[in-house]
Amino acid sequence: MRTLYQFHGGVHPPTNKAQSARAPIVPAPLPSKLVIPFHQHVGNMAKPLVKAGDRVLKGQLIGMPEDGVSSAVHASTSGTIASIGMEVVAHASGLPDLCATLIPDGKDEWAMHEGMDYRSAADADVRFALRLAGVVGLGGAVYPSDMKLRTGRHKIKSLVLNGAECEPYITCDDRLMRERAAEIIRGAEILRFALDAEEVLVGIEDNKPEAIAAMRQAAAASSDKIEVVAVPTIYPGGGAKQLIRVLTGIEIAAGVRSTEKGVQCFNVATALGIYRAIQFGEPLLSRIVTVTGNVRNAQNFEVLIGTPVNELVALADPLPDTNHYIMGGPMMGIPLPSAQVSVVKATNCIIAASDKLFPPAPPPMPCIRCTRCADACPADLQPQDLYWFAKAKEFGKAQEYHLFDCIECGACSYVCPSHIPLVQYYRFAKSEIWARESEKNAADKARERHEYREYRIEREKQEKADKLAAKEKAAQLAREQAAKPAQSASVPATTDASSEDAVQQKIQAAINHAKQQAASVKPKNIEQLTPRQQAEIAEIEARRAHIRELAQSHVDHPHVDHPKEAP
Amino acid sequence: MLSALLVMAAIAIVLGAVLGFAAIKFHVEGNPLVDKIDAILPQTQCGQCGYPGCKPYATAIAAGEADINRCPPGGEEGIRKLADLLGVEFKPFGGDTLPKPKSVAFIDENLCIGCTLCIQACPVDAIAGAAKQMHTIIASECTGCELCVAPCPVNCISMVVIEEKITTWKWKYPVYALTPVK
Repeated sequence: MRTLYQFHGGVHPPTNKAQSARAPIVPAPLPSKLVIPFHQHVGNMAKPLVKAGDRVLKGQLIGMPEDGVSSAVHASTSGTIASIGMEVVAHASGLPDLCATLIPDGKDEWAMHEGMDYRSAADADVRFALRLAGVVGLGGAVYPSDMKLRTGRHKIKSLVLNGAECEPYITCDDRLMRERAAEIIRGAEILRFALDAEEVLVGIEDNKPEAIAAMRQAAAASSDKIEVVAVPTIYPGGGAKQLIRVLTGIEIAAGVRSTEKGVQCFNVATALGIYRAIQFGEPLLSRIVTVTGNVRNAQNFEVLIGTPVNELVALADPLPDTNHYIMGGPMMGIPLPSAQVSVVKATNCIIAASDKLFPPAPPPMPCIRCTRCADACPADLQPQDLYWFAKAKEFGKAQEYHLFDCIECGACSYVCPSHIPLVQYYRFAKSEIWARESEKNAADKARERHEYREYRIEREKQEKADKLAAKEKAAQLAREQAAKPAQSASVPATTDASSEDAVQQKIQAAINHAKQQAASVKPKNIEQLTPRQQAEIAEIEARRAHIRELAQSHVDHPHVDHPKEAP
Repeated sequence: MLSALLVMAAIAIVLGAVLGFAAIKFHVEGNPLVDKIDAILPQTQCGQCGYPGCKPYATAIAAGEADINRCPPGGEEGIRKLADLLGVEFKPFGGDTLPKPKSVAFIDENLCIGCTLCIQACPVDAIAGAAKQMHTIIASECTGCELCVAPCPVNCISMVVIEEKITTWKWKYPVYALTPVK
């Protein structure tokens, strides 16, 4: 028996899992349309590869991952792209984002795809295959899986598969482990091989005995050392950091990657997605979604990414007093801005909510410093202090008190006797800090550009001044040279000359200067000429000399006329 | 008597040497306060403060010549930070200087005649183009200072307010309606 560790705090909200865990997973029928957002993952938005009117096949790449952290987006079924445009997506902001609207043709015709042998392939190729298959963390964080396989120089001791599913109402991983344990274990084998991990630990909360049994059976058939561990049921025991702590005793601080501590954690559904992507070359086109709450037939569905939520919940027969939908669980989920938004890779659960099921929160009362939140906090923080700082907008202080270690699990809000929406304050503070950071970066960049511009203007000014000075110097020299012959030639000199004479002199100086310049210029590319060309040149030169002679004889005032003006 | 004088003189020489060394070793270029103030300013280089850029304004503040409430792009938050740094009272914006929503310049490329006047006006080189060629704003570098709007002879530059996107969206400060007790 493995020694299990404990994390601090935690709560025991009513699980409400039985309603949806009874029935097996049912594939949801093809919806009337699919709205597929290009930004379903952490990182950069995928770049659209299709345009309105294109016919696409099931599994065809429609969004190319861009730079660094990003993931691909695919057509979930065959059909026609009706439009590429801004649609409201499943996001707390309720703002629109770039989506492809796909009208299915009902044929469900696959694009070409083939698997790879991960044992003989290079690590980078496996990662690239996952990136192109759009595999991201299906536990809700949607972090690209290929990035999690980059361990750098760190040695991974334990690979943790997260099947804890601690959040109330959600049973998608439970059903998945019961029904597709063998495939999850295949995925775990691929991950273990890619990470070169010593052991594989599957953490499942002990309120899912069927899932534990199924996974144990599948694990026993594997040649790898895979241990299925029943962990105590406590919220948020399914948080990656908490599960790692329970299984290995290792604590991961904010900003530290778990690979640095020799651990990596994947959700069980992600492991299955990785197996399908590597073994069969199937991109991530669907996921299991629990539809529960205020519905008659709470159940798990295998849903194509992009299926509108209203078409999905209709399958579960929502009760008439349903007034909104929650994506995710009741603790960490977000209220959906509308039922028209589509299922994305992060959608593990849709809860139909009514005022009866989730009564509106009573008005918040002042904090009474009972520190129940500190007792419940699984990250060992002081939520009451963080609340105070966030409320006063003292973000520096909040960061000092490790605001970014907060996993926003909502345990503090759950126990707060004053019903303070604590997590909302932390989310506000976090996004405010991020916004400031990016503003500061923008300001630094602007400062740099401005300073460079000033330096450039200064440099150009200097260059211009230098050029002018050089020119003036040359002119001065020419004047002096011109003045010399004038002095020696004419006895009455220029001392009492009129201003007209001065002008004449200047002109003469300029002509002399030009002549000098012309004389100093040597014709180029005349070394390797044919005799014929040389003869031609000589002829031209002779003609020019003749013209010059003519000009000289016709000119009355050789001081005034410019050679060019000669007839 | 003589030994006391010698000792004092020796101490003076040693301490003088230490101070002289420290003055060279720990020499600070420029005024560090100016840099601290400049770090708070938003670097739009817009000149709305009456100074030709953020650095000159920072220098003026450091010299006590300028008020801290002359920077609309910095917002009230900026004034607060300056007040904190300088240990002075917060001062609200005066009549004509008011913060505006963040925006970027936009060139109507059908109207642009390629005169380069805006390129010369842009303090952060955020406009690409050449003489008699169409110009365009590099939106990611534009600070929204509006300095390019006035010089344009064909009025083809307008300021576009930056709309909130999902990637720039922020969680709001929790507010809840108060219901009077019946």
